[in-house]
Amino acid sequence: MFLSEIFSDPAFSLVPWVVFFPLAGIILNLIFSRRWEEKLTALTACLAAGGSFVISLLLMLALTHHPEGATITLLEWINTGSLQINWAFRVDTLSVTMMLVVSGVGTLIHIYAAGYMHYDVRINGDPSRYSRFFIFFNLFILAMMLLVSADNYLMLFVGWEGVGLCSYLLIGFWFEKGADGIANARAAKKAFLVNRIGDVGLLIALFLMFWNFGSLQFDTVFARAPEVAAATPAVLLAMTLFMLLGVAGKSAQLPLYVWLPDAMAGPTPVSALIHAATMVTAGVYLVARSHTLYSLVPAAQTTVVWLGALTALFAATIAVAQNDIKKVLAYSTISQLGFMVAAVGMGAFTAGLFHLTTHAFFKALLFLAAGSVILGMEDVRKLDETNLSDSFHHSHVDPQDMTLMGGLRRKMPVTFWVYLMGALALAGIAPLAGFFSKDEILAAASQNGLLVFLVLLAAAFLTAFYMGRQLWLVFFGKPRSENAENARENTALIVLPLILLAGLTVLGGLLNFPGSLALEGWLEHTLGKGINGEFNSMVAGISLIVSITGLVTAWFVYSRYSGEIKKLDPLEDMFGAVFIGARNKWYVDELYHAIIVRPLEGLSQQLAQPVDQGLIDGIAVGFGSLTKAIAQSWRSIENGFVRSYALALLLGIVLIFSYLVIR
Amino acid sequence: MPTVNDFLLILPEVVLLIWALLILLIDLWIPDTKKYYTAVLSAAGLVISAGCAFALLGRTGSAFSNMVVLDGFSSVLSILFLLSGLAAVALAYDYLKRNAAQRGEYYTLLLFSIAGMMLMASANDLIMVFLSLELLSIPLYILAGFFRPRLASEEAALKYFLLGAFSSAILLFGIAWIYGSTGHTDFPGIVASIDGGRANYLLLLIGAGLLLVGFGFKIGVFPFHMWVPDTYQGSPSSIGAFMTVATKAAGFAALLRVFLVLFPAEAPIMAGILWGLSAASMIFGNTVAIAQMNMKRLLAYSSIANAGYILMAFVPYGNPVIAQEAVSSALFYLLAYALTSFGAWAVMIALEPAESDGLLLQDFSGLGRKYPWLGAALLISMLSFIGVPLTMGFWGKFYLFKTAVDGSQIPLVLIGLLTSLVSAYYYLRIVMFAYFKPGEPQIQPGRWASVVAVICAAGIFVLSFIPTPVFQFAAQMIMGMK
Repeated sequence: MFLSEIFSDPAFSLVPWVVFFPLAGIILNLIFSRRWEEKLTALTACLAAGGSFVISLLLMLALTHHPEGATITLLEWINTGSLQINWAFRVDTLSVTMMLVVSGVGTLIHIYAAGYMHYDVRINGDPSRYSRFFIFFNLFILAMMLLVSADNYLMLFVGWEGVGLCSYLLIGFWFEKGADGIANARAAKKAFLVNRIGDVGLLIALFLMFWNFGSLQFDTVFARAPEVAAATPAVLLAMTLFMLLGVAGKSAQLPLYVWLPDAMAGPTPVSALIHAATMVTAGVYLVARSHTLYSLVPAAQTTVVWLGALTALFAATIAVAQNDIKKVLAYSTISQLGFMVAAVGMGAFTAGLFHLTTHAFFKALLFLAAGSVILGMEDVRKLDETNLSDSFHHSHVDPQDMTLMGGLRRKMPVTFWVYLMGALALAGIAPLAGFFSKDEILAAASQNGLLVFLVLLAAAFLTAFYMGRQLWLVFFGKPRSENAENARENTALIVLPLILLAGLTVLGGLLNFPGSLALEGWLEHTLGKGINGEFNSMVAGISLIVSITGLVTAWFVYSRYSGEIKKLDPLEDMFGAVFIGARNKWYVDELYHAIIVRPLEGLSQQLAQPVDQGLIDGIAVGFGSLTKAIAQSWRSIENGFVRSYALALLLGIVLIFSYLVIR
Repeated sequence: MPTVNDFLLILPEVVLLIWALLILLIDLWIPDTKKYYTAVLSAAGLVISAGCAFALLGRTGSAFSNMVVLDGFSSVLSILFLLSGLAAVALAYDYLKRNAAQRGEYYTLLLFSIAGMMLMASANDLIMVFLSLELLSIPLYILAGFFRPRLASEEAALKYFLLGAFSSAILLFGIAWIYGSTGHTDFPGIVASIDGGRANYLLLLIGAGLLLVGFGFKIGVFPFHMWVPDTYQGSPSSIGAFMTVATKAAGFAALLRVFLVLFPAEAPIMAGILWGLSAASMIFGNTVAIAQMNMKRLLAYSSIANAGYILMAFVPYGNPVIAQEAVSSALFYLLAYALTSFGAWAVMIALEPAESDGLLLQDFSGLGRKYPWLGAALLISMLSFIGVPLTMGFWGKFYLFKTAVDGSQIPLVLIGLLTSLVSAYYYLRIVMFAYFKPGEPQIQPGRWASVVAVICAAGIFVLSFIPTPVFQFAAQMIMGMK
C-alpha cells in the first residue's frame, strides 16, 4: 500500500466517520436520553444519520476526481497465522453509491420517524420507548454502513449480522403486542430464524473462500478467483451458490422470502428503511460486489437470474390479493428485489443498482405515505388533545385494512399526491424514476432470453395492477368507515420527508437517463463493463403499454367497488379459488410448517426428553455427584490428629525416595 | 569483617528489624485502649522498608561473605512481602478489636516474620536459608495461637509448631547430606564442587529430595499440606490471609532459587517428583474444597491447589530457556494470587463476627444486595481464582500454562485445566450465596478490611488490561538472578 494510494484524496480518510457518527448518536442517546426531551433525542439521532450522509457526499465529490477510490485501514483486527483481517474501509463508486442511498434515505426516514414515533409510542402506550427506537435506528445505520463500506468479507459479515439484529429488534419493537400478545414477537423470531438459514449459507461460502483463497480480503479473493475457477470449478460454484442462499435470506427471495411480510409488524419507518429501502438490498449489493466470482461461473449466474425472476412473479401474484396496505407493499418489495437480483444475475449490474436506488426512493416514499395513511386512520388528534395514553381507546377498526379506507384523496391531499407519484413510479410509468430503471432490467432480460423476459413482463403487469388496485381502494371512491371519514392530514414533520422523497422519485430517473448514463459510467470504475441494457425503444414501449394496461384494468375492476364490508373482492368473483389461494399466500407458510417446522419440533421433543435430560444431564450430574463423593471421602484424610499428619509427611518422603531409587 | 556496604545491601531488612524492636519497646507505653498507634507505627515501618527496597530495585550484589545476595528476584519478592504485611496490618485493625485481642506483639511478630521472609528470598547459603526459615516460622507459630485462651487457636498453633519443627528438621537433614556430598553450604561453593565433579551424586540427590520436602511443607503442597486447613482455620483470620500469601511466596522463593542454582543438572529426576506434587496438589486441593462449607477451610484447600498450579510451571526448570519463563510466570502468578487471595480473605474478615472460626458459605447470603462494593470484590476475587478473563487470575494461569506447554508438559496442563473447571463449582457457589440467596450479613463490615478488599479487586481488574508490561517487568527483574 503506497502512501499516494491511500491519500490520493484526503477526503477518503474521512470514511470511518460514516460509522462513527451513528455510534456517537447511540452513545449520546444511551447516556442522556433519559433526561432529554423527545425532540433532543430525535435531533441527535437525525444529526447522526445526517452526518453520515454528509460524509458520503464528500466521498462522492472526492471520487469524481479520483474514481479509483482507496482503502482506509482503521485498525488491525485479526492477525493469527495466515489469517489477517483488518477493520478497513473501502471507498469506491459502488460502496459510496450504497452509502449515499443508505444514509440519504435513512436521514429522511429518521426525520419522518421523529414525528411518526411521537404518535406511535402513545398509541401503544409506552412513550419511554421513543429513545430506544432511535438508538436501534442509529445502530442500524451503523451496521449497514459497516456492511457496505467493508474491505473484506468478514467485516461485511459483521455488518450483515448487525443489520439482521437491528431488524429483529425493530420488528419486535412492540414485542408484547399483536394478536394474542405474541404475534409481533413471533414475527421477529421468524425473521431472525429464516435469516439464520441464509447466514449459515453465507458463512459456509466464507469458509470455502478462506480455505481456497487463503484470504477474505476483496482484492485478494478476486485476483485469485480465475486460478481457482480453472483448477476446481466446483468449488467456485458451491461458494457462489451458498452465498446465494445468504442473498435469498437477506433479500427475501424464494424460498426464504417468508419472513418479510411478517416483518411488517414493526413500526412503519422500520418497514420503510430496513425492509424496503436498504437492508433487504444487501443481497443485491453482495452479488454486485462479488461479480468477479459470479461471472466466472455461468451456472450460478443462471440460477441467480431465475431465482430473481421467479420471485418477482410469485410475490406479485400474492400482492394482488392482499388487503393490508403494508402487506401489499411488502410483497411488492419482494417482487422488486427479484427484479434486482435477476438483473445482477444477468450481469446487468448497473441496471440492478439503478433499480435498487430508485426503488429505495419510491418504496420508502410509499411506506412512509402508507404510515401517514395509517396515522390518519388512527384518530391521533384525540391523543394530542388529552395527551393521556391511558384514556386513548383503541378503535376496533384495523387502520391498515384497505377495504375500510376509500376517499382519502380529499381528506389527505398531500399524502395522496405523493402516494400517486410513488405508485406510478413503481408501476413503471414514464417519466418517473421506476420507469427507467425497470426498463433497463427488461432490456437486459430481452437480450438474456425470451422466457426470462416474459416472466419479468408478467410481473411488471401485475405490479401495475396491484398498485392501481391499492390506489382505488385507498384514495378513491367513498369513505367506507368512520375512521376514513374522520381522517385528516398529518403534521409537517411527517409530510416534509414525503415531499422530498417524492421529488427524488420524480427526478431519480435522471441518474441514468438514456443518453447520459451517468450512473453507468460512475459504477464502471468498480464493476467494469457489464451487460448494459441499451435503451431499446421497443422494449420501453412494450413495458409502458403493459404498465398502463395494468393500471387501467385495475380501474375497470375496482372503480365500481362499493366497499360494503361483507361484499367480496371483485377479483374473487372472477377467479374464485385462485384468488383465495393468492390471498392465503399460496399456503407456503403452512407448507413450511408441515414439512420443516413440525418434524423439527418433533425431533426436538424426542431429543429434549430422553437424550438431553436423560443421557446428557445424567452424564453431567453424574460427574458432579462423583466429584462430590470423592471430595467427601478424601476429606476424611484430614482427621485432625497431628500424628497422622506427620505420618502423611513421612509417607511423602518415602514415596519421593522410592521414586529416586526406582529411577 | 562486615562493612557498611554489607548492611546497605540488606537495608530493608535492617530497617524492618530495628523498627520491630523499637515497636516492642514503645508498645509498653501505649495503653490498651490506644493500640491503633502500634498498628499505624508498624505500617509506617513497613512503608519505610518498602521505600528502601524500591530504592535498591535493580541493584545487584552480595553481602556478608556471600551469605545473602541482592538481585531483582529478591527485591521484587521483598516488596511483595512488605505489601502483604501492610495488608495483614490493615486486616487486623478492626478484626483484633472486635475479638478483644489488641496486643502490640501482633505487629512486632509480624514484622519479624516478614524480615525472615525477605532474608529467605535473598539467602545465598543453605545455613542462611535455614536461619531465615526459622526467623519467619517462629513468630508465625506464636501468631497462629494469638487468640490464646481460645482452644481452636491454641490447637492451630500447636499443630503448626509440631509439624513445622518436624519439617525444619528434615530440611536441616537435607542440608547435612548436601554438605556431606560437597563439603560446602554456600551456593557458589556447592556449584563449584558439583561442576568440578568432586560431589557425591547419591548424597546430593538425597539432600535435594529432603530440601524439597522442607520447602514443600512451607508452600503446602500435597502430601505435606496436612497442617494447612487446621492452622488456617484456627489462627486469627488476618494471619491466615497473611500465611496463604506471604509464607507460600517465601517458600517458593527459596525453592526456586535453591533448585535453579544448585540442582539444574538433577532436573530430569526432580521433574518427575515436581510433576507428581503439582498434579496431586491440584487434584486434591480442588476436589476436597468442594466438600467445605467453612470459608476459611475452603480458602485453605484453594491455597493447596494454587501451590500446585505454581509448581506446574516449574516442572521443566532444567531447560535454561524455560527456567527464565518459569520464574517470571511464577512471580506473575504470585502477584495475581496475592491480590486475589487477599481480596477474598478481606471480604470474609470484614464480615466475620467475634469469636468465630470462619464464616460459613451461607453467611454470605444477601451480601451483594446489602454491601454492593464488598459483593463486587468477592465476585471479582472468585472469578480471578477460577481464571476468568478480565481478571489477573486469568493471565496468571495463562502464563503458567503457556510455560508448561512450552516445556511440553501437556498432560499436566490438562490436569490444570480440568481441575480449574472443578474449582469453578466451589468458587461460584460462594458467589451464588452472595447474590442469589436471601439473607443479611450479621455485622457491620470493618472499614479497613473493606478498603483492602476493594483495592485488591480493583487491582485484579485494572492490571488485567496491562498483563504484558507486568510480565515483562517480572522477566526483566529476574534477568540478573544468580
